[in-house]
Amino acid sequence: MTTGLAILWEHRDLLIDGFLTTLWLAALSALASLALGSLLAIALMARRPMVARASGALVDAMRCVPFLLFAYIIYYGLPSLGLRFSNWSSGLFALIVYNTAYMAELLRGAWRGLPVEMIEAGHAFGFHGIRLVRRIILPPVILAAVPMLGNQVIQIIKDSAFLTIIAVEELTHAATVIQQTYFLPFASFVSALLLYWVLCVGVEQLVRRVGAHAEARR
Amino acid sequence: MNAPPPVLEVRALTKSFGDHVVLDGIDLVVARGETVCILGPSGSGKSTLLRCLNWLETPDSGTVVLSRERLGVLPGGNHRMSDAALARMRTRIGFVFQHFALWPHLSAIENVMIAPLHVQRRPRAEVRAEAEALLAKVGLADRADYFPAKLSGGQKQRVGIARALAMKPELLLFDEPTSALDPELVGEVLVVMRELARDGMTMVVVTHEMGFAREAANRVVLIDHGRVVETGTPEAFFDNPQTERARQFLMRYAGASTRANGAAAAG
Repeated sequence: MTTGLAILWEHRDLLIDGFLTTLWLAALSALASLALGSLLAIALMARRPMVARASGALVDAMRCVPFLLFAYIIYYGLPSLGLRFSNWSSGLFALIVYNTAYMAELLRGAWRGLPVEMIEAGHAFGFHGIRLVRRIILPPVILAAVPMLGNQVIQIIKDSAFLTIIAVEELTHAATVIQQTYFLPFASFVSALLLYWVLCVGVEQLVRRVGAHAEARR
Repeated sequence: MNAPPPVLEVRALTKSFGDHVVLDGIDLVVARGETVCILGPSGSGKSTLLRCLNWLETPDSGTVVLSRERLGVLPGGNHRMSDAALARMRTRIGFVFQHFALWPHLSAIENVMIAPLHVQRRPRAEVRAEAEALLAKVGLADRADYFPAKLSGGQKQRVGIARALAMKPELLLFDEPTSALDPELVGEVLVVMRELARDGMTMVVVTHEMGFAREAANRVVLIDHGRVVETGTPEAFFDNPQTERARQFLMRYAGASTRANGAAAAG
């Protein structure tokens, strides 16, 4: 056991690289899917029934796809359409697209819960269209959604582990490599678990901070 | 010489929700600098009327004209204005909501500044200075950086008034501005409204505050079942009502009137 830990310590660079890749993937895809999810939420809440229905169908369809399968399709399927990405870009792309649907759905829920009078006040003061959404609607929607957004970010971190199957060199991948090379299943997987846990604690801390900020603005 | 056009001219306004006729041909003209109080029992259509005046509710028929300009509908035609054109006209009408409707993600002063900044696109320094002056005017200079959640109802409503004034509107609409307030907070809001009326702001106020109507209004309009029942100066209306409906209404609200006077005096 102690020799196991010693070997693991010797190859800590691998784990740290994996950890940083996971952190980077999760941070980028969280930000991008929140931004794209906001746009998609606007489509979901559009007054034109066609737009609302089409985007709703898209979101519902995406939410029924297992992420693992989706990552496969992006990595193995897209090249047959002539689109070729690196493992890392494919993984990031899959995380962003997949979570955009969730983010949009979650923001739509918060949007629907907004008091009607607040939006009416926006109209009464001459806001309309995209300016109304940007200045009056989205800020309180996002503030209201902070706890759920935090959950979704944790989901992103966990989903990123699936990317090991398309050889993205993230944390799970690093642990697997160490395990396979040195036969240290317990030590390597438990260390990876602990590092995931550190990430999640970090997200929870962040949510608590932002949440306190949001609480004053509700 | 031409007389100045009325700020607001409403003709034959109607609105129904399903089978329920809420407004049944309302006429109303408001001159510059005039304060008109709209009274009426609950469900008489007075809030719907006010909301039709800036198209928060789309009237079924009739016209709303703001300083000679038709609101909501393109001139001549029966086509609805574009959202952008309607939004531009709405900036000329201030609206004070019954439940304040402040934007909770913005501090008091940001609530006052956001529309002048991002709708009227005026320079930030100027907007900021005016917002500070307006908050001082409503007695909230020391609450500028508070978020709405930290303000009392009366404070929220005064921010609501400052927010409406920041647009430099030609017309200010009040939708029962004190009816969501605890009785002891009514006075502080009415004080601000009285001052505005005295300063010559053009105001249409839907209210149950008989004391305010008697004291601050130039004209009182009684609405019932979606029609104007009686209109006149406060003296004429309160002391010598012409219609049976007005007499009944005043009798019913006599108690409320005394309470309103008491609260106003306390404020």
